[in-house]
Amino acid sequence: MSTADTPTNGTPLLELRGIEKHFGAVQALTDINLDVSAGNVTALIGDNGAGKSVLIKCIAGIHQPDGGQILWNGQPVHLKTPRESSELGIETVHQDLALCDNLDIVQNMFLGREESHRLALDEEDMEKAASKTLAGLKVTTVRSIRQPVASLSGGQRQSVAIAKTVLWNSKLVIMDEPTAALGVAQTTMVLELVRRLADQGLAVLLVSHNMNDVFEVADRIAVLYLGHLADERPAKELDRQSVVDLMTTGASTRTAEPAGGAP
Amino acid sequence: MTDVREPEVTPGAAADAELAVAPELMATSLSDYLRGSYLRIRGGESGVLPVVAGIILISALFQTLNSNFLTAGNLVNLLIQGAAYMLLAMGEVYPLLLGEIDLSIGYVSGIGGIITAELVKQQYGWPWWAAILVALLTCAVIGLVQGTIITRLGLPSFVVTLAGLLGWQGVMLLMLGTGGSLPINNTTINNIASGNLTPLASWVVMLAIVAVFGGRMWLRESRRRKSGLVAPPASLTLIKIAGAALAGIAVVLICNTNRGPLTPIRGVPWVVLVVLGVLAMQTILLSRTKFGRYLYAIGGNPEAARRAGVNLAMIRTVAFSLASMTAGIAGIVYASRLRSVSTALDGGTLVLYAVAAAVIGGTSLFGGRGKAIHAVLGGLVIAVLDNGMGLQGYSAAAKFVVTALVLLAAVTIDSLARRGRIAR
Repeated sequence: MSTADTPTNGTPLLELRGIEKHFGAVQALTDINLDVSAGNVTALIGDNGAGKSVLIKCIAGIHQPDGGQILWNGQPVHLKTPRESSELGIETVHQDLALCDNLDIVQNMFLGREESHRLALDEEDMEKAASKTLAGLKVTTVRSIRQPVASLSGGQRQSVAIAKTVLWNSKLVIMDEPTAALGVAQTTMVLELVRRLADQGLAVLLVSHNMNDVFEVADRIAVLYLGHLADERPAKELDRQSVVDLMTTGASTRTAEPAGGAP
Repeated sequence: MTDVREPEVTPGAAADAELAVAPELMATSLSDYLRGSYLRIRGGESGVLPVVAGIILISALFQTLNSNFLTAGNLVNLLIQGAAYMLLAMGEVYPLLLGEIDLSIGYVSGIGGIITAELVKQQYGWPWWAAILVALLTCAVIGLVQGTIITRLGLPSFVVTLAGLLGWQGVMLLMLGTGGSLPINNTTINNIASGNLTPLASWVVMLAIVAVFGGRMWLRESRRRKSGLVAPPASLTLIKIAGAALAGIAVVLICNTNRGPLTPIRGVPWVVLVVLGVLAMQTILLSRTKFGRYLYAIGGNPEAARRAGVNLAMIRTVAFSLASMTAGIAGIVYASRLRSVSTALDGGTLVLYAVAAAVIGGTSLFGGRGKAIHAVLGGLVIAVLDNGMGLQGYSAAAKFVVTALVLLAAVTIDSLARRGRIAR
């Protein structure tokens, strides 16, 4: 949440070293090496079946990799359950957002971690904290944080789901296709929010199909092709055509000679 | 970010959003609030106002048909008759909030009544409070067993509690034995439904309740206003408190009018306090505790609740247990009114009336929406219909048909409101 949480420069927050995963005879991931740093938006893109979902599920503790190592702040970790990864500060914003329509914004943001004083819920503290978090992320389009989530637009719902991870002091936020169901204005709103998360010192791993989104917010781009990491480099060194080539063929002639710089 | 645009809001979308937001959450003045309420009623998110309006309407209708309807004696009688429905409906609110149903609570309430009546019999000589405690605990355990079967084995609550409906009816018949009736001789138990506070005590208790309710609400909402949190305008808080005070004064005035045909009978019946007590406890449990919050969350989106770390099986089981325990209270009140428990207790009709009452009051059958007050108001509607048509001398057949139509109307409104929300 604050810059104090940012790890010392040099060590990436999350390092994947030679991650392997297979389901029976199907090799889903082969030798994935990827660094995710605090303060950066890392985009993870790839065609359907490239292994994006399997990879984020390995990080979120839903799947266990069959080989390789996951390092968190330089320390090797074994994430056996979603709870373990959540305790480290890894939160996933799923495509379905997991919000309760009948509860209001504050209630949703604190669901499962309510603050209570003796037995009674401490609504005032929760409302203040939620309000502060939303203001910090400049989510200002909601009329009242006491309105039920059912009455929010798609972008606002996405914002609430994202703000929830900030409220819970996450260090790495994994977002699965956050703009897939949104209109133009709402996509802009959510992408600004993604950028702001990174600017506040969080690491963001953005899974997306949408080339526009990726080039708008990502600092680094990792392209998966049939379970291999086809390429991983700063977004500046890539253009749309080369990313499409990487996604569809696993290689690009254009990436060898990035425009305006030595390889 | 090269291109920063303000998100655009179309006027139509803004109006839609306005409909969906609870009016007291955004209104800054009273006129705003009234306008917001009107929009919400039109949008199908109406709260309790339509039910209250419905009760007034039906009452006016019965009064024109029979001038005895609005006499003090009949109104108090109506409250006493309706108390069992209200309590049972409050029990049914727990499973309904989860999107489940409990069909067994009618006969479970009978079991609660029988245990109380049995234990205070001369041959056992238990004090009334111990008998009630054991009866309520037994009912809670029955709910716990049914809830455990539903959650641990993953069976549909409809089927498990249908088995409960049949099974507990059998147990009830078995316990009542060949006589088929179990009279209650304990004065305290009988006084729950037929005893009254003295007129002076009625005033004192009513003023105390209004003072505590109003004082707490005023303190909470003025504190929220001061710390800049979302809160209704002060005038609205005052109107709510005044409304509660007026309702209290009306009830006490009616109850303090002499309604005895031969000897004078005055005062608020004890059973009104029982209903208010259960209402207060359930309201606090549902709106101010984690347990209540999780009930709503599971009813709204069980997957979200699961991912948030909520123990679904535990919350569900406890909800069924609370439903059965509240049913036990209803059973004791029911037995107290009749001064006996007999095989005439029709738990099937009782439970269906309870579901109907909760739904008529505004609780959703689809889970996630409902309050204890809905059950009380819905129970009042059923009691008014029952009593009013009884005064008119309508047959049982006519009563069932009219109650069915009212229920159908309420479920239709619930379903349409739900469809409206999803469409947004």
